[in-house]
Amino acid sequence: MDPLILARAQFAANITFHILFPTITIALGWLLMFFRWRWLRTHDGAWLAAYRFWTKVFALSFALGVVSGITMSFQFGTNWPGFMEKAGNVAGPLLGYEVLTAFFLEAGFLGVMLFGHGRVSERIHMMASFFVAFGTTVSAFWILALNSWMQTPAGHEVIDGVFHVKSWAEVLFNPSFPYRFTHMLLASGLTCAFLMAGLSAWQLLRGQAERSAPKVMRVGLTVAALLIPVQIFVGDLHGLNTLKHQPQKIAAMEGVWETERGAPLLLFAVPDDKARTNHFEIAIPKMASLVLTHDADGEIKGLNDFPDAHPPAAPLFFAFRVMVGMGVLMLLVSWVGWWMGRRVGWAPQRLSRGLLWVLAGMSFSGWVATVAGWYVTEIGRQPFIVYGLLRTADVAATTVPSSMIALSLAMYVTLYLALIVAYVSVLKYMAEKPEDVIEPDALERAEGRAAAALAKGSAT
Amino acid sequence: MTFDQSLPLIFMALMGISMLVYVISDGYDLGVGLLMPRANATEKDVLIASIGPFWDANETWLVLGIGILLIAFPKAHGLVLTQLYLPVTLMLIGLMLRGVAFDFRVKAKDVHKATWDRLFFAGSLLASMSQGWMLGRYISGFGSGWNYPVFAAAIALALPAAYVLLGAAWLIMKTEGELQRKAIRWAKLAWWPVVVGMVLISLSTPWISATVRQRWFELPAIIALSAIPLTTAIALVAARLVLDRPIVRKELCWLPFVLLIAVFVFGFLGLAYSIYPFVVIDQLTIWQAASSPAALKVILIGVCISVPAIAAYTVFSYRVFWGKATELRYG
Repeated sequence: MDPLILARAQFAANITFHILFPTITIALGWLLMFFRWRWLRTHDGAWLAAYRFWTKVFALSFALGVVSGITMSFQFGTNWPGFMEKAGNVAGPLLGYEVLTAFFLEAGFLGVMLFGHGRVSERIHMMASFFVAFGTTVSAFWILALNSWMQTPAGHEVIDGVFHVKSWAEVLFNPSFPYRFTHMLLASGLTCAFLMAGLSAWQLLRGQAERSAPKVMRVGLTVAALLIPVQIFVGDLHGLNTLKHQPQKIAAMEGVWETERGAPLLLFAVPDDKARTNHFEIAIPKMASLVLTHDADGEIKGLNDFPDAHPPAAPLFFAFRVMVGMGVLMLLVSWVGWWMGRRVGWAPQRLSRGLLWVLAGMSFSGWVATVAGWYVTEIGRQPFIVYGLLRTADVAATTVPSSMIALSLAMYVTLYLALIVAYVSVLKYMAEKPEDVIEPDALERAEGRAAAALAKGSAT
Repeated sequence: MTFDQSLPLIFMALMGISMLVYVISDGYDLGVGLLMPRANATEKDVLIASIGPFWDANETWLVLGIGILLIAFPKAHGLVLTQLYLPVTLMLIGLMLRGVAFDFRVKAKDVHKATWDRLFFAGSLLASMSQGWMLGRYISGFGSGWNYPVFAAAIALALPAAYVLLGAAWLIMKTEGELQRKAIRWAKLAWWPVVVGMVLISLSTPWISATVRQRWFELPAIIALSAIPLTTAIALVAARLVLDRPIVRKELCWLPFVLLIAVFVFGFLGLAYSIYPFVVIDQLTIWQAASSPAALKVILIGVCISVPAIAAYTVFSYRVFWGKATELRYG
């Protein structure tokens, strides 16, 4: 088999696996701080139980993110040695800063955050938790800056085929960065919110955690209901930005083979990359032009305008529809769910079982949307690794025999599948035997009594 | 030497230090992983608890080391990692297995705990053996011939032994009672293979590489250089002697660990001396492989700010979890 295809498949397997976990931890770090804060404020053991349960989820997701992240840092060299040789002056510092500012910050304080209770003061612990949450977000900043630069390169010059930086501000804040970064952070918030709502629903269906699960579900549904419209809005802006800078990506997403005015919006089709046409089209006339150019007769560039330099249409077309479809579903479920939850005062025994099943079924919907979104982004940049400037084929490893890439691909995929199964089943198992309300231990009880005495004193 | 010319040197030093910190810090936790099968069920929990708060940060040094290779010496990064494609894959799989097994074991069903423990051991073994193999291939400049794989295989066996010794020393420091007594026994058992391994490797390295041979046996450097093997030998012997004293179970429980760190540091200095100024022996010097001075300067600023901060909060974290390992509990 073609080593380039194998190398790409292997890298795709790795980023697909890796992204699952940062997608959870970026937002979960902040939500954990919220749980902790609620517990400190209310001294309600249900919040502490929620905090402890989700800390375990965090620890597990973080561990998977770290180990798969280490894999990524090696694969730049094993699979794309030419990328660093040519674009290293841009990519190197960004990756370096990620490790120096973010990776160490998270990893350094994680121990204190996870196991530091009773060893450090509540304030120091909050600070450690803040650094971990902040670290994951900063990490996303650097990685998204690099990824956006690869999509919409700016602030560099190319001398003898090697990239040199002219302006770091332009490299960092390249044209697509603000959209991509916001889109990713919101995706993380949504993934985490649906996971919270879903696992809590599962717990309620099993008659578990009846005090803490409704609280968590309420947080999850509220966050989801608030973020999803924002995400749809940002996603639209992101799409317009892509149309401006990477029109062939949009053409592939929309299945537009020939440049046309008044292009229809395809609800369904099967793009055929060989025949360069679509089969089984179901379309709304002029709608694509209207959405993308805000003019029913606006011109949409087709793939024919980019000979030899456009991505395959079929994967983009489907991935994009999966992402958007999931977004619409998330909007419906979170709004209906929030409204139904509020109507019964978030009382678990009065929540409809239908709703609980739907929420439980959507526990990992964020993963589906995020992965689909990343496929649109990454496959959509092909055949380039740095859009318009450097081809993926020109940076692939040439000295590694394809049998070796195939062997390692098989090993990685086997491991990843096993780990995903293990991860999901351990999450399910943990959800089924949670601590619901945690009785404050001696010290905390004393604190609670002191607070109660104080409240009583001020009341009388 | 101008500042621009000295930049690659600075980054080589940084990369070396990160790799050294990685080998020592992940070395002890890989060693603890390798000792898992020798501990009983309750002891296993203590073993895990002793490394729980640290392993994440320990592995980050590997990311920094490889990161610097990637950023500062991109040509070498491609060359080294494509040469080591398969062992890198195996090491990564090992690191993934142990990293997650560690976290899964406490959260999974009790019946699955033993399986995760076995995977934790298997991952530690796979990772440390691949690292040894990679080190062996790297020192020999990726040479081909029957003797090179033998050399690499020898290091692939010796490095896990060294990690076990370091891990046992870590446990002597972090545990008490029966487990501590066991750890002392483990350390004594691992000591001999480590010594034999180090002697064999020291003898065979000049045989395998002409460049190293030349560097080692030129006068007058050899006189100054002899300090390195001498100090290493003294530290190793001192570590062995102290293991027999009762005081190692009390006030001096940290001494074997510190002595072994010294062994690793001197081993590293010897290695650095042998290789310099190459980043890939006989193929690429650090100046040939380096990125543009402009890019290196940009990272250097970050390094100057972050590295002291990293050092500070690493110290903080070790202070928080100072003393004997106790049961780990999520707050």
